[in-house]
Parts: sequence; structure tokens; C-alpha cells
Amino acid sequence: MSSPAPKPKNVNRIGLAMADYKGAPSTLCSGCGHDAITSQIIKAFYEMGVNPSHVAKMSGIGCSSKSPAYFLSTAYGFNGVHGRMPSTASGAMLANRSLTCIGVSGDGDTAAIGLGQFCHLLRRNIPMIYIVENNGVYGLTKGQFSPTADLGSALKSGVVNDLPAVDLCSIAIEFGCNYVARSFAGDPKQLVALLKGAISHRGTAFLDVISPCVTFNNHESSTKSYQWAKEHEELLHQIDFIPHFQPLETVEYDEGQTAEVEMRDGSHIRLRKLERDYNPADRAAALNLLQHIRESGEFLTGLVYVNPKAKDFIELLDLVDEPLAFLPESKLRPGPQVLDEIMREMM
Amino acid sequence: MSVSTTPTELGEDSSPQSMQQPVVNDFSIQVATVNGSGSQSSNNVLMRAIFQMGIPVSGKNLFPSNIAGLPTWFTIRASKYGYVGRKKEIDILVAMNPETATEDVLALEPGRVVVYEEKLNLQSVRNDLIYYPIPFSQLAGQVIQDIRLRKLVANMIYVGALAQMLDIEMAEVESAISKWFKAKQKAVDLNIQAVAAGAEYIRNNLPKRDPYRLERMDQNVGKIIIDGNSACALGSMFAGVSVVTWYPITPSSSLCETLIDYMKKYRIDPDTGKATFAIVQAEDELAALGMAIGAGWAGARSMTATAGPGISLMAEFSGLAYYTEVPCVIFDVQRVGPSTGLPTRTAQGDIASLYYLSHGDTNHIVLFPSDMEECFDFAVQAFDLAERLQQPVFVATDLDLGMNNWMADPFKYPLKPMDRGKVLTREDIERLHGFARYKDVDGDAIPYRTLPGTEHPLAAYFTRGSGHNDQAKYTERPDDYEKTVDRLARKYETAKTYVPQPVIRFVGASEVGLIAYGSTDAAMEECRHQLHSEYGIEAGYLRIRALPLTHHVKDFIDGFKRVYVIEQNRDGQLADLIKIDAGCEGEKIRKIRHYKGIPIDARFITDHVVEMEGIARKS
Repeated sequence: MSSPAPKPKNVNRIGLAMADYKGAPSTLCSGCGHDAITSQIIKAFYEMGVNPSHVAKMSGIGCSSKSPAYFLSTAYGFNGVHGRMPSTASGAMLANRSLTCIGVSGDGDTAAIGLGQFCHLLRRNIPMIYIVENNGVYGLTKGQFSPTADLGSALKSGVVNDLPAVDLCSIAIEFGCNYVARSFAGDPKQLVALLKGAISHRGTAFLDVISPCVTFNNHESSTKSYQWAKEHEELLHQIDFIPHFQPLETVEYDEGQTAEVEMRDGSHIRLRKLERDYNPADRAAALNLLQHIRESGEFLTGLVYVNPKAKDFIELLDLVDEPLAFLPESKLRPGPQVLDEIMREMM
Repeated sequence: MSVSTTPTELGEDSSPQSMQQPVVNDFSIQVATVNGSGSQSSNNVLMRAIFQMGIPVSGKNLFPSNIAGLPTWFTIRASKYGYVGRKKEIDILVAMNPETATEDVLALEPGRVVVYEEKLNLQSVRNDLIYYPIPFSQLAGQVIQDIRLRKLVANMIYVGALAQMLDIEMAEVESAISKWFKAKQKAVDLNIQAVAAGAEYIRNNLPKRDPYRLERMDQNVGKIIIDGNSACALGSMFAGVSVVTWYPITPSSSLCETLIDYMKKYRIDPDTGKATFAIVQAEDELAALGMAIGAGWAGARSMTATAGPGISLMAEFSGLAYYTEVPCVIFDVQRVGPSTGLPTRTAQGDIASLYYLSHGDTNHIVLFPSDMEECFDFAVQAFDLAERLQQPVFVATDLDLGMNNWMADPFKYPLKPMDRGKVLTREDIERLHGFARYKDVDGDAIPYRTLPGTEHPLAAYFTRGSGHNDQAKYTERPDDYEKTVDRLARKYETAKTYVPQPVIRFVGASEVGLIAYGSTDAAMEECRHQLHSEYGIEAGYLRIRALPLTHHVKDFIDGFKRVYVIEQNRDGQLADLIKIDAGCEGEKIRKIRHYKGIPIDARFITDHVVEMEGIARKS
């Protein structure tokens, strides 16, 4: 076996260092789950060698929506209005299909004010990574419940949530999303693999990441605290991600113990079986599982559903390859003879 | 629009006796039907036949917010003087709707004409009208066996009857039918048959007893007939729009639907067969504007079209685009509000909303096209303005302009290339060693921007609806906030040099000035003529074409003792903006407000000016 050519140190495949993927210092509370997710976003984009100049970072309003400022400072950010990130992201992707789009939202931004736009984004299969940093409470307005708070969980003040939780993963599958994952800010290994898979996915990739709010929802009666999540997290499977630019080593596994998903960019997601038999390519099974764990209160994480083959919205619209934003006038403005033709028909 | 001769006094004193004098090319026809009965085809054929005879003509559809079965009125006005506004008096009523027939007949001035379904027995309603009873359903039965088609055929029979009564050339009626039904030969034949049946019935049974006649003119050579929504759609396509996001709402829906048809025909890339545009029907108006803003931010020419309720929903996003300086174009085809209001009736009621749309200090650019040519031109300009000034641009039309048929000169191809505004490329960034997104470099308060995907580490910036400084960095500092919003106010001053300037007609020795905008303009020439010929008032006229208002408005007002601002809303919204913005003496400005949901007519304005002037009619 010949030794591989020495790689330049500490740079990725496009010659950028990890530092090039960082953003402004976070202004969130120390220990916030969102900052842990930010770190994994930085790692995933760095390791995948995504060009930050081609990244659009979209968000709405809330603590989570601030976080795009804290990663990829040389990418283009758009922090819009509360609950409406899906529409601005959709518009940006229509204008420039060559962008890699990552949207960061929260449980209030997505499951309350923005639920409608979220559903329709999924339905259209807009090509983007959509992360909900889910902590069950509103942070900036000081700790009110959000719609993802579990039934019976309590605020620090003792107020008990008496409404059922909105399950964003179920909604995502219901509305046609083809990459649906649940993860935990305290599980960096799994999260980074899921993020890389999301970068490889064509269409909307949805990640519901439990991200504890250390200030308002990290107490004993919370089901979105670090302690609760650590104690209850159960992995659906072990996830390895093999990017398209790395050789796919063939490893012998026991039959039935490993499933491999080939993404459209040539990357592979390798899922190793743990306790339960689970096939993330089965949409009905995914919905069943989510229904089941909602009732049992289990905290399962992993890739819940994946179908890498579905057409995204850009393909559906059959757009030209060149971004619409950069089309020259000759492609945008029909000639005078076209106007003459139309005018003659109206005479 | 050329005016051939001076109108004689007509209208007030017309009685059956005095009407023996022929009235040629100067009257209105109202067809009363129920919606969903297919009268659209007959009315369009009728209007087009008159148009093709070279007579200036306009058509207005007064329709209900309903799919089928409620009353609808279509008014066609022929005017040798070229007046295309609504005529207050109806001269010929075609009463096809039993439900409204009596009321419609009672509303007529004495001596006018009623064409009606014989069975309705309308001649018993009053005895000072000229009646033409026609057995429409019986005649339709002779033309076609199929009961489902009879109603449609009956409508075309009144076209034939009117053609015979009014001397509309049969060849033009047939050519209009062929144009309307295009290649559907069976439909063409059937409708021509129906027209012939109507004409024949009149010829054989009803001698002419009314004075109304049409005579060929040469006023329409080279002209087109189009509605404002189609004109705006065409303007948008030739402006190079590439992202269109919309939510259906009356009366704006046909703007986007027409645009879809044109784009599919003319904006498919010939080399690849792929679309050079994306058109998305959004889930609501919030998403429609959100997508347009996302697309404008990323560098596409983007637009949405809506009406009042949609404008209300777009308030927050409008503020975002204003504050973050993102270009996009919003068409507001106004209807009657507030709330659901009268969805199928016309108004100019969104002016104040549009000007201030959003919380916080916000001023928007609003364009007011008055005719079909301007619907096209302003649509083209709106995209240039939005990108040049980096802010949303509203194009405010209304149902009257948007959905009614108007004559127009063929649109002129845009002379200037697209103005994509201050966009820095990768090379610019390299040369400049970076940039500050919101810095006023040129002194015109318009900053430079880059587009996502521009490949340079110093090209990116973070767009935020929260407080930001020159560098687009988050800030809550008082001085940063002031600096940014003060620059935005200065940018609005810069906008004054870019927006279409007012059009001024006749500024002389008169004490009376008139100000109007948008569809109200259609009544203004006629009104000024009435004021002059009937009352000796030679009123000056200024037509506003955009917000922000420019100094011309104040200059104009300064030249008159009394200025009447005529508009189609209850409160005189533009008059109030003029008082605030142009800094005029309030008592000089007088409001004339028409808010009935139907298009304003010249007589209404004239009567109000005269009353407020406190003068008696010169006779």
C-alpha cells in the first residue's frame, strides 16, 4: 500500500481552515444548547468543504435565529421577521439555485408563529437545511412555553403546560420532507453526521435538535433539560457519514446490521443497527415510530426518515442552470418583436 | 386622446321629443345580466365591434363577489370626444336580469332606451322611455336546440339587436366574434347565427324610435384594447422580472395569471428549453412578499401582486424590506375596504396605508399609473427604481384600471437598458478591499450591496431587520440608529429625482386648480370641459404620478386660490398627504371624494366643484 500524498495541515478540501467557518462571538447565555449546535455546524461545513461565499444563512426571530451570526462569517446572512424565515429562504433559493441554504429557527419561530410557512416550505421541498433549535420555551421574552413543550412539563415558576406538544418531525414527514432527523445538542458526534447528511441532501433537510435553554428550561421538571435529555436519549442507530470526496471503504458487516443510504451527491450515510430494527426509508414506519414515542415519552434520536431521490422545488420548476439572479438582460427582457407581436394581437 | 369636436349640451334636458335629433357616437349602453351567464363574450364582442369602427370606446364591468347567479352590469361608452371615464347617465339599457330589471328601468333618465326580454313586461314600469321588447329565449330556441347553450346564445342575440338598432357594421361584429372565439369555428358560426337572428328580429318587427346611432370614425387606428392587469403583467415581463410570488385575491389575480401565460410563451430559454423565471403561488400574502424579498435580496427581479387585504398582511415584511434595503415590486390593485369590503368594486383607498406601510418610521415609493400605457411603463420603471433605490416599490392601480378594458396606444419598448443599481462584483470588492453595506458613499444616501454567491471573503454581509450600523453589524446605539434612519429619509429625498413627475395641464389665470391621480384621471378631461363650457371655469390640472410628492405639487398649489383634490376614498387620503408633505396651507386644499365602489364620473366632480365654488350654472 503506497502512502497517500501529504495533505496540507489544518485546511479542508477547498483550502480553508476551521477558523474560516467561524462567526462573531455568541451573545447567547453561557452553556446554551444553541452554541453547541453552532459548533457542529462550523465543523460540518468545514469538513464538507462548503464554500462559505455560496452559503445563505437564514433565520427568523428568537435566540436561535441570532445564531447564524455566530458561524460562517463570510457567508451571506438574512435575519428577517418572526416565523417567516421559510418564505425569505424560498425566495433566495429561487433567485440563486447554486446557494447552499441553511436556516436556523426555534420552536416558537417554527411551531407557533411560523407553523404555516414551515409546512408549505416542506411541501415545496425547497432545497435547504432547516434546523429547529428546540428548547420548549421563549427565551428573549423570558421563559414562556412554546408549542413544543411536553404535556405536563413545568416552568421554573411551577406553571404546568396543559397542551399537547407539536411534534415537528411528524409534521415534516406528513408534509413531504425527505430528510427528517432528531438530535440533541449534547450529542455532537451524531449531530455532525446528521448535518453532513443534510448538506448532501437535495431538498429540504429537517433537523429537530433538542437544545436546552440553560436560563429558563433546564430545571428538574423540564423535559428539555440537559439532564433529562442525557438520561433519556436513546439512539435509533449509529450514524457514520462518508462524504463523496472520500473513498468509500468496503467494510464487512453482519447481514441486517447495517443500512447504507446513497445521497445524490455520491455521499453515503451508514446506519449501524443498535437495539431496534429500524428502516428510515419507510415513511409509514417513521410516522408510526414518532406516534409511538410521543405516547411513550421516549427520547429517540437519529435519522428518522430519508429518501434521497425526490425532486426538489427547483427541479420541479425546471429552472435554467444559471441562477436567475445572474441572468443577463438578453435572457430576461424579450426583444421588441415580441412586444410588437403581442400588441398586434390586441389591435 | 384626440377630441374631435366640442360636445353639445346633452343629458340634463333630454326628453323623447328633443331626442329626435340624432345622437351620434356619444352615449352609453348598460347590459344588466347575472354573473356566470356568459355575457362576458357578448359584451366584449359589442365593445370590440364599436372599437373596430374607429369610435373611442370604453367598457366597465360592475360585477358581484360571487361565482354565478348575482346581478352584473356591463357598461359600454362610445364617445367621439374620446372620453373614457364612466358616464353617469345610462342611455341604452339592455335588461336581461329579471331580478334587477325594474330597478334598472326606474334608474334611467326620461327618454332613454330599454331593450329587454319581452316576458319581463317592462313597458308597464313607466311611460317616458323608449322600449324594444325582444323574445330572446324564443329566438335562442330557434338558433339552437341545446338548452344549456341557449342562455349564451340569447346574450349574443342582444348584440345582433343592438347592431341593427345602432348601425354597428355587421362585418365588424363578425370579425370581433372571430377574434374572441379564435379558432373555435363552431362557436364562431353559432354566435354569428345568433347575431343575425337578433338583427333580423329588429329589422322585421321594431322600427327605430330612438336617436342613438354609431357612425364610423378613424380615431382608433393602430390602437389596442387591453386591461390594466394585463398591461402591468406585460410591463413586468419586459422589465425582466424573474421571481413572481403571489396569492390569489380579487382584483389582482388576473395580473399574475396573465403574466404566467406570457412568461410560459416568451421567457423559456430557447437554448435549453428551461424557465428563466420562477412563479410560485404562495400560501398567503405574507409568504408571497417574504419570497419576493428573499429573491430581491439574492439579486433577482422579484414581484408580487395583491389588493387591500394583502397589503395589510404585508405590512411587517414591507418594513423589513424598507429597513434592510431590499428591492422588490408590489402591485396593489385596489378594491373597496376596509376589511373584506367590496371585493369586486373599485377604490383608491390604500394610499395612506401604502405610504406608511409598517410600524416605525417608514415611507414607501408608490407609483400611480392612470392609463394602460402607464400601467406598462410604470411596471417597467418600478423594477429599475426598486433596484436603484434598494427598497420596495408599490404600483397602485385599482379594479377599474386593472380589470376593465381600455383603449390604448401600443406600448413602447423600453428605451433604456435595465438599471440593476449599485451592486458590487467580486472584482469591485477586490479593488476596494471590502465594503460597508449601509454606508452612504456617493452622497445620495443609496448604499452599495453585494449579492449572495459573490465569491470573496469580504463580500458577505449580514442582513438584519434589527438595528444595524454602516457595516450591517448589530447595534442598539442611539447614534447608529439615528444615522441609519436619517439616511433612509435622505434616500427618500433622492427618490424624488427618480420617480415619475406630475403631469400639469393648463396653468393660467384661473383661481381653481384640480389634483387627481390614477383612474380618476379618466374623468378629468371631461370634467374640465364641463367646468369650462357650462360654468366658464378654466381649471388647471395636476396629475400626481408617484409618492414621494415633489416640489411641483406645492408650486402648482401656490399658483391657485383653491385646489380641489379629487380621489376615490372617503377621507381624502392623498389630500391629507399633500397637506403634510408638500407643506401647503390647509385651507386652500379642498377634498372631493367619491367612494361608492363604482368608477368616478366627470359629472360628479363637476357638480362638487361648482357647489364648493358656490356658483350658479351659466346658462
